Amino acid sequence: MTRSRVEAFPGDPPITADLAREHGLNDEELRRIRAMLGRDPSLTELGVFSALWSEHCSYKHSKPVLALFPTTGRHVVQGPGENAGVLSLGDGWAVAFKIESHNHPSAVEPYQGAATGAGGILRDVFTMGARPVALLNSLRFGPLSDAHNRYLFAGVVRGIGDYGNCVGVPTVGGDVDFAPCYSGNPLVNAMCVGLLREDDLIRAAASGVGNVLIALGSRTGRDGIHGASFASEELTEASEERRPQVQVGDPFTEKLLLEASLELIASGHIVAIQDMGAAGITSSSAEMAARGGVGVEMDTALVPTREPGMSPYEILLSESQERMLVVALPDRVDEVQAIAAKWELEATAIGRVTDDGMFRVRHGGRVVAEIPGRQLLEACPVYTPEAREDPEIAVLRRQTPSTPDPEPEEALIGLLGAPPVASKRWVYQQYDSTVQAGTVTGPGGDAAVVLVPGTKRGIALATDCNARYVFLDPYEGGKAAVAEAARNVACTGARPIGITNCLNFGNPERAEVYFQFREACRGIGDACRVLETPVTGGNVSFYNESPTGAIYPTPVIGMVGLLEDVSRTVESHFAATGDVIILLGATHGHLGGSSYWAHVLEEVVGSPPPVDLAAERRLVYLLVALAEDELLTGAHDLADGGLGIALAEAAAGPPYAPAGFGAAIDLQPIGAGLGTQQLLFGEDQGRALVMTRPENAGAVLARAAQAEVPAAVLGHVTDSDGTLELVLPEHTVRLAVGRIRDVFFGAIAAVMETAVVEVGG
Amino acid sequence: MRVAVVRFPGSNCDLDALRAAARAGADAFFVWHRERDLGQADAVLLPGGFAYGDYLRAGAIARFSPVMAAVEEHARAGGPVLGICNGFQVLCEAGLLPGALMRNAGLRFVSRPVAVRVEMTDTPFTSAYSKSAIIKLPVAHGEGRYVAAPSVLQVLEDEERVVLRYVGTNPNGSARDIAGIVNRERNVVGIMPHPERVADPAVGPTPGAGVFTSVVQCVELLGGGTA
Repeated sequence: MTRSRVEAFPGDPPITADLAREHGLNDEELRRIRAMLGRDPSLTELGVFSALWSEHCSYKHSKPVLALFPTTGRHVVQGPGENAGVLSLGDGWAVAFKIESHNHPSAVEPYQGAATGAGGILRDVFTMGARPVALLNSLRFGPLSDAHNRYLFAGVVRGIGDYGNCVGVPTVGGDVDFAPCYSGNPLVNAMCVGLLREDDLIRAAASGVGNVLIALGSRTGRDGIHGASFASEELTEASEERRPQVQVGDPFTEKLLLEASLELIASGHIVAIQDMGAAGITSSSAEMAARGGVGVEMDTALVPTREPGMSPYEILLSESQERMLVVALPDRVDEVQAIAAKWELEATAIGRVTDDGMFRVRHGGRVVAEIPGRQLLEACPVYTPEAREDPEIAVLRRQTPSTPDPEPEEALIGLLGAPPVASKRWVYQQYDSTVQAGTVTGPGGDAAVVLVPGTKRGIALATDCNARYVFLDPYEGGKAAVAEAARNVACTGARPIGITNCLNFGNPERAEVYFQFREACRGIGDACRVLETPVTGGNVSFYNESPTGAIYPTPVIGMVGLLEDVSRTVESHFAATGDVIILLGATHGHLGGSSYWAHVLEEVVGSPPPVDLAAERRLVYLLVALAEDELLTGAHDLADGGLGIALAEAAAGPPYAPAGFGAAIDLQPIGAGLGTQQLLFGEDQGRALVMTRPENAGAVLARAAQAEVPAAVLGHVTDSDGTLELVLPEHTVRLAVGRIRDVFFGAIAAVMETAVVEVGG
Repeated sequence: MRVAVVRFPGSNCDLDALRAAARAGADAFFVWHRERDLGQADAVLLPGGFAYGDYLRAGAIARFSPVMAAVEEHARAGGPVLGICNGFQVLCEAGLLPGALMRNAGLRFVSRPVAVRVEMTDTPFTSAYSKSAIIKLPVAHGEGRYVAAPSVLQVLEDEERVVLRYVGTNPNGSARDIAGIVNRERNVVGIMPHPERVADPAVGPTPGAGVFTSVVQCVELLGGGTA
């Protein structure tokens, strides 16, 4: 192949090791670049390497560990490596989905950081040819007693809402947790789910020498330059200065881009399309070329910009939002531009597919970058840092709280009103959860259920991660995150079929963090194998550290389940007086790492509950079978806060019902040898409450016995707006359901609506 | 019976409205905002969403789009027009309905089911309900607080032009709990709740379906539906 003479752009500084380090490239990486090119890189090339060899784009610290995940299975149409994973739903339908982090931008600019997080993940899904039908969010903040945390929380929620609401994709679920480790480093993980006909699937592989690269959508500005590199370093006091690197979202343009992209894909005029996400034009063009085994040549002078005088370096690294890179057939450029014009968008030819495998960038007549394309993506060094558990955590695991237990009623009410456990109604009330008219079950239940239009089928969706468990025991915690997500989905009656994950960790170059990462992923992989939920993709977010330290390791699981008939969807609350309440799964009273210890006694200690994956699998399949046979009037997963919280939540009822239902519960039969706190708040895994009409109780118990799932009748549902009565061996707890509702639904609003909250945007 | 669903750039309940109308038996079709005629529609729906992004004020730009001249003409000729959510905002901005929709009293977007009472059944979009029926419909808006001068509110009450009224929870602080109104000629209706989201039996109960069966029946009674 012929090599062009690569010229510096006027004003570029000379390339030094210091300059490379400022670009996040270490000396060894610079050495490799020089060896690859046989010369010094130009500044433009250094910028390109800086983006593509950042952790965010290259996965250089995570690749060997991600190989632990199972990625194949009978539903998998597209595994990791594309913009989103795709699972088959039967009858030609498929679901495309992915979760991604926008933590660092949200830490410095919560409104725009969260909004653009939603925007980016939407584009990842609709570039597969799927129409987005649901958004979910997994959020973590520091305690709401702190004004800055309230500011971040309010801004993130408003940013997610304003973006998703405007684009017209319902936000149907998610999870929110609060812990001191997230002060200064909140987590904002957005998941998007789309539906498509399998025939319409389009992959982002550039092919066909001579095909034309087209920039579609917004113009390129100076916002977000080096966003991918920013996401690959720790947050410090100086991060505030990164605010200009946070992009600004425009959901109206996103909506137009969505419609235009789906129309382009359906038109047959294009062969590939990809979001210009992290690292903008650079990563989208380089990745599409590598997948297609071709080269690309672009002219940055042709890229429409928001302001004159932008250098090729800036144009290549801009992360301006709402832009796509399209690969069109050469004789269809006019047709592509006509579709774009209909949606009031610009579409500009900026380059072409070549046969020499080079990633080549011109700026007018001058070649400013020329890098062998495959090596650009593949020659980045892969690191396997040392992994070693922090000995202090092993000490924590052996500890028990020294704080005395309060009275059980007081503890139950305290836990119900603790923001990590309390209803997130204040959050999801700000999200349009019913647009598209397909939401069968929205936020506030175990999992959301969305109809596949024109069929009886539905998809059930949930995100989960108990990060406290992962902190105390990464392997068991990783297993528990998958198991809880699977139980949540199964409680609606859906069979779990696959996951996406967002792996939020601290600095992987530290042995203690790398240990957490490796062990949590091992746990996730083992759980996914047993539960038959392959990993179809996701995102790794390292360097989640602020001056106060690293976050809890937080590998968020986004689970998809398949429901054969949405008319058999099971809700997660008490529904009718007289229904029998049955506990499925074994109770051992395991309090280590529990919400009770963390939020009532305020001690994060102990060993989290072990997860018996075979038992989880039996429970999940039993829940699905009971729902399919229409034996259930309700089902609710046991997780944070154990049986006491699960019963209180089921009694509280749906978020907008005028009242809940009481229940008469006797815990003595399952309580032999267990203390009051163990019974009420123990977080043994593999458990769920199911409710059934009295005439079906025998059938439910028989099916449980057949499935080898322990089952015990706990009592029955009493009056609407009645009392939750729990008889324990040494206590009887009585709480009016009205009070439960007030505390559970009102706790977060009480904090957020009384405090003065500044919100940007 | 032909129903035009107007699509502005940024409309996002357009497909939901089209499907709900089609389910009620209408021949429903989209009309793009640049069109100047309504394709011989018997009735017009202005769907929810964020027309033109609503960055200025909800509906403020949409009222100037070419299609609105045709909508106004259709309305003046007595043709049924329904604006849902953003469509209601557009009808107020266009002067086809009195009053305005302001930021919610809580200054936050509100998405939840609400109970509304059907106050008037002599409109083309509520005739299939019984008077005073209480139905549960979803709302999802940031600017849904209905306001008007006291004299205008009095006229609306005196002329029985409040079509839907919130019962129990008023989600946005609307004057007199108003969730929907009709013009004096009783052919142009604007409502904040979304009946099209609860009109598909495959998803759940269908308290909103009556809005669409109403207009199909009304047009057919009036001898429309020639197409």
